[in-house]
Amino acid sequence: MSLNVNGRQVPAPADSRVSLLDHLREGLHLTGTKKGCNQGACGACTVLVDGERILSCLALAVQYEGREIVTIEGLAVGDALHPLQAAFVEHDGFQCGYCTPGQICSAIGMANELERGVPSHVSADLAADTQWTRGEIRERMSGNLCRCGAHNGIVDAIQATFATKASA
Amino acid sequence: MTPFDYARATDAADALRRGTIAGTAYLGGGTNLVDLMRETVARPERLVDVSTLPAAIEETDGGGLLIGAAVRNTALAEHRTVRTRYPLLSRAILAGASAQIRNMATVGGNLLQRTRCTYFYDTDGSRCNKRQPGSGCDAREGFNRIHAVLGSSDACVATHPSDMCVALAALDATVYVDGPAGRRTIPFSDFHRLPGHRPDRDTSLDRGELVTAVALPPLPAGARSTYRKVRDRASYAFALVSVAAALEMEGDRIKHVRIAFGGVAHKPWRATKAEAALQGGPATQQAFLDAAAAEFADARPLRDNGFKPALAGRTLAAVLEELAMGDAA
Repeated sequence: MSLNVNGRQVPAPADSRVSLLDHLREGLHLTGTKKGCNQGACGACTVLVDGERILSCLALAVQYEGREIVTIEGLAVGDALHPLQAAFVEHDGFQCGYCTPGQICSAIGMANELERGVPSHVSADLAADTQWTRGEIRERMSGNLCRCGAHNGIVDAIQATFATKASA
Repeated sequence: MTPFDYARATDAADALRRGTIAGTAYLGGGTNLVDLMRETVARPERLVDVSTLPAAIEETDGGGLLIGAAVRNTALAEHRTVRTRYPLLSRAILAGASAQIRNMATVGGNLLQRTRCTYFYDTDGSRCNKRQPGSGCDAREGFNRIHAVLGSSDACVATHPSDMCVALAALDATVYVDGPAGRRTIPFSDFHRLPGHRPDRDTSLDRGELVTAVALPPLPAGARSTYRKVRDRASYAFALVSVAAALEMEGDRIKHVRIAFGGVAHKPWRATKAEAALQGGPATQQAFLDAAAAEFADARPLRDNGFKPALAGRTLAAVLEELAMGDAA
């Protein structure tokens, strides 16, 4: 059994109890993905699976055989940061940085959802086109907590990266 | 987490064959079960992964929808037909959990999620009749702000945490089940149980039975519907009170109304008394408040949740006013 992580085939854990989060960190030494609450309440462990954001702490690694998993380590190309990573630096999207890998993976997944027209809890009209407003971004990112309080910078970084692309 | 064997079901028949063995649990997206296993609240010996079974949303002959149990919550909320014909369902799902969890969670798993009562989760020191039958209930005299006011028993005051299920209760959904004794359908109002003397049993499913689909009949063509959730923060929190409602007006009279409450009982609470009070009557704020008062006449509030009947009434009035106004506009 094997998993596909950041484009590489890697072994799945022998013990079916191991979460995808623990396997990434302890088994594969990809420690960019962070363990915050380990119970699905903080979003620090967010990774992308087939382009969709999920919580790796609530995922058993064995369940994700054959899926394409991307972690924070899989976003930069060599020394060239992903545009959203660069925007987080530019807009002070963090202080301590612990929630940042989850915030960035989550925001990339969110951008895919917005592009294909998934509505949110704050969308006034379920049938209308989705909007890149701050209110929409805050609601859609509510599964990622930042205890330093960098949320304003995080929303700025997301808007700068994706909203300009969407309106271009 | 206690050790378990994991197997991915190849199809429904394979899942059912594996599921009949004692100590087996079906695994959907894992967003609740994996957490319960980590806390050793759930200790299955075998997991049968049904999250990769076919997950279709199909239109049915009568103008309704048939939703496969493995459909992800996000997929259901964003489905074009759900957004246009069942907006209360789309809104209920979008009000629940976070985007990451909605991407993982299945429809079947959402039906089967367990209460978020903190005493149910606390295996270290709390008594809980749902977790360990006969041990007692520490919620009754404890911190019970999120707990039930309707349909509770001396044994259990837990609430069902789902938003989606509140919409399904209002929609008169039907749950399709397959199991050792064959296929059957369960009306949504009979799927979840009140606690009574057996709070360890959340649903009417028998051992080995698997939820395969949920069917929705069409709403009346002229009905408008929505979902409103009241919680302690603006997003990513369980409901204190929620309302799913559909309303069809005829002139200034209510032609058809459906109401279900979340956050108030051990199951999604279909408000038949409130509906009966409103049917054929005027769509006024006083009528809405009176209807809620009729529904909550038997409420048994606890120390910390005495606000719930009044909050439910005001929330219902706000929702029905919005639906009635929109109809006139």
